[in-house]
Amino acid sequence: MTGIVGFGAYLPRLRLSRASIYEANKWFAPGLKGKAKGTKALANWDEDVNTMAVEACRNIFGGGQSRETVGDLYHCSTTHPFADRLNAGILKEALRLTDDTNAFDMAGSSANAVNAAPVAMASAKASGKVSLVVAADSRRARAASAAELSYGDGAGALAFGTDNVLAEILSHSRSTIDFVDQFRQAGNDINYEWEERWVRDEGVASFVPKVITDALSKAGLDASAIDKFVFPVRFTRMDAKIAKMTGIDPERIAAPLHEQIGDTGAANTMIHLVQALEEAGPGETILAVEFGGGASATILRMTERCKLYAPHQSVSALLERGKTEENYTKFLSFKGQLDLDKGMRGEQDRKAALSTLYRHRKSILGFVAGKCRETGSVSFPPTRFSYDLQGALLDTQEDYPLADRRGRVLSCSAEALSYYPAPPHQYGQVDFDGGGRVLMEFTDVDPGDVEAGAEVEMVFRVKDRDERRNFTRYFWKATPLSH
Amino acid sequence: MAKGIKDKVAILGMGCSRFGERWDASPEDLMVEAYQEAMEDAGISPSELEVGYFSTHMSDVGTGRGGLPMAIALRLPNIGVTRVENFCAGGTEAFRAAAYAVAAGVCDIAIAVGVEKLKDTGYGGLPVAQVGAYIPQWYPAVVAPANFAQLASAYSAKHRVDKDTLKRAIAHVSIKSHDNGSKNPKAHLRNKITEEQVLNAPMVAEPLGLFDCCGVSDGAAVVILARPEIAKAHGKSPIIAFKALQVATSNGWEMQSNDWDGSYVHTARIAAQRAYEEAGVQNPRDEISMLEVHDCFSITELVTMEDLQLSKDSEGYKDVLDGRFDAEGENPCQIDGGLKCFGHPVGASGIRMLYEMYLQLNGRAGDRQLTDPRLGLTHNLGGQPSQNVCSISIVGHLDG
Repeated sequence: MTGIVGFGAYLPRLRLSRASIYEANKWFAPGLKGKAKGTKALANWDEDVNTMAVEACRNIFGGGQSRETVGDLYHCSTTHPFADRLNAGILKEALRLTDDTNAFDMAGSSANAVNAAPVAMASAKASGKVSLVVAADSRRARAASAAELSYGDGAGALAFGTDNVLAEILSHSRSTIDFVDQFRQAGNDINYEWEERWVRDEGVASFVPKVITDALSKAGLDASAIDKFVFPVRFTRMDAKIAKMTGIDPERIAAPLHEQIGDTGAANTMIHLVQALEEAGPGETILAVEFGGGASATILRMTERCKLYAPHQSVSALLERGKTEENYTKFLSFKGQLDLDKGMRGEQDRKAALSTLYRHRKSILGFVAGKCRETGSVSFPPTRFSYDLQGALLDTQEDYPLADRRGRVLSCSAEALSYYPAPPHQYGQVDFDGGGRVLMEFTDVDPGDVEAGAEVEMVFRVKDRDERRNFTRYFWKATPLSH
Repeated sequence: MAKGIKDKVAILGMGCSRFGERWDASPEDLMVEAYQEAMEDAGISPSELEVGYFSTHMSDVGTGRGGLPMAIALRLPNIGVTRVENFCAGGTEAFRAAAYAVAAGVCDIAIAVGVEKLKDTGYGGLPVAQVGAYIPQWYPAVVAPANFAQLASAYSAKHRVDKDTLKRAIAHVSIKSHDNGSKNPKAHLRNKITEEQVLNAPMVAEPLGLFDCCGVSDGAAVVILARPEIAKAHGKSPIIAFKALQVATSNGWEMQSNDWDGSYVHTARIAAQRAYEEAGVQNPRDEISMLEVHDCFSITELVTMEDLQLSKDSEGYKDVLDGRFDAEGENPCQIDGGLKCFGHPVGASGIRMLYEMYLQLNGRAGDRQLTDPRLGLTHNLGGQPSQNVCSISIVGHLDG
């Protein structure tokens, strides 16, 4: 049997209140008031599509899926940070996948994540390895637009394989039609959207029922067999209308998360599907639909084995830990749409030596330390000489990943002197369970959130942005556990 | 078996520029100001100088690199000039190198010059430094206040000193230095301050406020060294000689292993112990008459008192509050105002510390002269608590 063998999602902690968007812009766009309800997930300044994708995959691995078995990695987004540098290659290093991984970036549509299932499945079936499909998006919208109220940031991931299947793929149907409901020409960063009524009535209502009917027929199922209908669509009540058109019980519609996290683009169906997979019991049937450039429908059935699996962090836990942000200018700044004065201290050149990055890719992107096989002492970064007070030993270190270990803060401070995108800049010394110490930044924290003795876990984040050459550097940061 | 530096090297002359926001002076001007005083004090001509060591840290914003800036500014007679750099401890490294040259007998007279021009960056605080190609890719973009503030975080946690008490103790460190600095005409900051001011000052790096941080200053200092018999021949009296000169450098243990608890400076303890042994000091609390320590931040000075064995572990804050290190205390510290108020032109600071010891031992410290000091200690720290260079010198009267 081939099917889903792991699933996980990621949502940034911050939730921008839509009221704050409306309040800042009501002088200009009073008509936004009707949509200014709830919140949307907002990537912190140091989160992007690559970091969120890494975290979604880590939630799969934390759920027990072994990383050594991964053969393929598909990274779907409309906002990959790099247009020419394999973004999936960054994920591969951060996730410590093997060098023979087939890694691909899939771009150009916010509706091709779940749609990648047949490709991932075929590869998994042929190789006997696991195919990982991850989707993440972090889109910009024009200030005071409806899209600004709607767009949220997040990531979702599915692992396909042949062993220990949690959900069997019963069928898949796809239509490809150049129906331009929205577009973004290469080189631009804001979408242009056509009239909603046309998109809804001529697009969604036309393509979606066809793929659903086709998928049901391929699976040999009646619409009444669908236990969960996953179709997060930006038009209100459109999910119910499609259910009615195709004979699905409207009670089976998976609750949309738009009110809390917004429309997360390429990750949107994936995140909703992950939540459905988390909640479904053995034997239950799920239908997941993506709309855009046509439509796709995928039907899955949960196996007995699904009872044994849970991602490291569930969607409901990720929703639970959200922290409301009311500051609209902070949001604009994080999105790179407000040029705040960085001061002279912000002028420092952040050029990354690429030869250095390559040489140390395991330590920088994979957060791999060296553990001395003689004394057990851990060094980060790894060094040829291991050292403790007894003396130095040459070439005794072995790879020792720190990313999935917890730590405790030895000392810390918060400073407001230097330029930092989200002041104050908080950093300190972290002692890892099992050994090792690293001076590192704390993220997703407010002043007072970190103290000596606090327990922390590691997250993959943007370290710096070289704004002169447009290059993003990544590294790991610490964030409080009980948070 | 080597016997160390004790009584092998004497100070022939010293000079120090006025420290501060020297908008009027280039780094070359500052060197000339200190050099003129030192040469006059030594009573020698430039042709008698045989070797030079030059300390500057932020060469990119100040003088430029190498030994040239010193040789050209002072128009030295084509002697060998070598730049030494070891973070904020570079000043001590310059006179250590000069002392070694003299002690080795390869020359009679050596000169060490330290200078820093920090106020041409356009902003307050220390300039932001580049740290190579690898480190910035994983290491936080650290700033000195938050590096040293972590001493406070770890010290509070380890010794269970509540934050308010520690904040008051470090406030006392700064109040004392401002009192002392007010009597020093060359000091950058000459105002007295109150506890209320310190406690209510803007926060720079939790828990360090504005008054917990030393001044960022322009300045230069110069020392000319010779063997004691040469100093005698030049009519120096009393002869001020080195009793100890020790440097300890971190090897990554504090930074990478889990054994260091973050509440003290490991290298300072090592350098202090070695220096006391070299100088024959049995009981520092009783024998050290005065000291200039690296008070880049108030908390650094407080933990340094424990590192130098002047306070027992966990009792430094009590001794500070009891006034042990005030001008009238048992071990007067920062008599000239310290980094806090005399100022901190990085490459010059180690030599500036020695300058105060030299003045005091010669009875030339003016309004701040201590009664009959015997041994003076300088403690010059470069880097941050978790990895650094710590140098300690002890000076006193020859054969004293």
